[in-house]
Amino acid sequence: MTDTTDVTAMTTRAPPPEAKARAKAEAKLEVIGLGAWFGRQQVLRGISLVVRPRGVLAVIGPSGCGKSTFIRCINRLHELTPGARVEGRLLLDGQDLYASGVDPVELRRRVGMVFQRPNVFPTMSIRDNVLAGLKLNGIRGDHDAIVEDTLRRTALWDEVKDRLDDSPMRLSGGQQQRLCIARAIAVEPEVLLMDEPASALDPIATARIEELIDELKERYAIIIVTHNMQQAVRVSDDTAFFYLGELIEVGETRQIFTTPRESRTEDYVTGKFG
Amino acid sequence: MNLHTSREFERELRTLRERLLAMAGRAEQQIRRAIEALRRQDDALAETVIVDDKVIDQDEVEIDELAFLIMARRQPVASDLRFVMVSLKIVTDLERIGDLAVNIAKRVREVSRHPPEPAITQEIERLGTAVMDELRRVLDAFVSGDVAAAERVIADDAGIDALNTRIIQSILASATRDGSRETGGWLALSSISRYLERIGDHATNIAEMVIYYVRGRDVRHHGGPRGG
Repeated sequence: MTDTTDVTAMTTRAPPPEAKARAKAEAKLEVIGLGAWFGRQQVLRGISLVVRPRGVLAVIGPSGCGKSTFIRCINRLHELTPGARVEGRLLLDGQDLYASGVDPVELRRRVGMVFQRPNVFPTMSIRDNVLAGLKLNGIRGDHDAIVEDTLRRTALWDEVKDRLDDSPMRLSGGQQQRLCIARAIAVEPEVLLMDEPASALDPIATARIEELIDELKERYAIIIVTHNMQQAVRVSDDTAFFYLGELIEVGETRQIFTTPRESRTEDYVTGKFG
Repeated sequence: MNLHTSREFERELRTLRERLLAMAGRAEQQIRRAIEALRRQDDALAETVIVDDKVIDQDEVEIDELAFLIMARRQPVASDLRFVMVSLKIVTDLERIGDLAVNIAKRVREVSRHPPEPAITQEIERLGTAVMDELRRVLDAFVSGDVAAAERVIADDAGIDALNTRIIQSILASATRDGSRETGGWLALSSISRYLERIGDHATNIAEMVIYYVRGRDVRHHGGPRGG
């Protein structure tokens, strides 16, 4: 892992070798020399970092820095854009996500995604929204129990238990977003990608989503793209700062927001550009 | 150095810095006048020091409020957060320095009833000059973000401690020789020496804060639990 930026190695002091070895052993996702293009335009360059099995990595940076492209590479959504391509390696539990034979649909079950705007399926009931991923992947089981368990874990059960067969379109924006998170976790993913999941929500709905992230991180590796610095500080354990397609700095959130090493990180988080 | 995109935020931080430096200037002036009052045995000047302390107290309240407003409005991070946090700590040290200047002024009145030996007064003046120099240097270090200068202030504090110890030993020796003299005057003198030494300690605290502000490294208590 010589060319991989080790998140735990970026704390305020260099860790002892055994800590570094432990970090590698605990890596859920290793990104090694990732590059990404839209046609001839390179939007990511030489991104290398490690994501822990449990916890939250916040990805911050000004618009156009490549942070959304970065997470879209992780569940292979990027390649769906015509002319888009990637280079480098992404290892999930040591397995290359871009190796031949990897089924992108199965990959997206393991690596769930929540988008900026709640994208509930309007013609399906609340119950079927939760079960959509399970049905797509042909996963059998006690669907009623899964619906209840998932909605409880997303703190939505008490609010919707009497109207599971209703359309999700009557839910508030915050409830719809929690339903999308429920849909993502119903298939028991290992990694959860969130692209500005609370940017369209009011402060109370945002607080609920953040509380939910705090609970979910006990079970999943979560990578959240956010423009909201305070949100990054509140919800994440580690933070990566991207600028012009490059990873400028990655480290413990506490360090990035108190004593960043790089002047560009300092200038960005203190609001001097971006 | 890059400026914040928000000019209002930039202005708030500048105001905080200016208010802090103005308060520091007042604290320094209070020490100077307290020492001058001792040298001249000037009770009226000592009284001025006591009365003017309320301006420094008011500085503390207003600077605290300004820092709280910045935190509430801007949620500062990184060097901005360190600056606001350090300002809150420095303001406490400056307010205590003001209180110590008042303590010195109060003791001046006791001493003036029993004028001390000139040699001892001169030593205390020397101590006062060293302490003011320390305070001035640490404030310059804060303004310029000069870590090396702040480290020198910390290192030089040992000299101030040693000078205070020597002065107290001289006072004890003189008091023992002068059995007829009332003890109140000697006690007041040794208190003044100790107050000056404490001002030096506050300058050292500020120096530690300057290092934290610039480097993000906590050097208090020999580096603290996380070391540095």
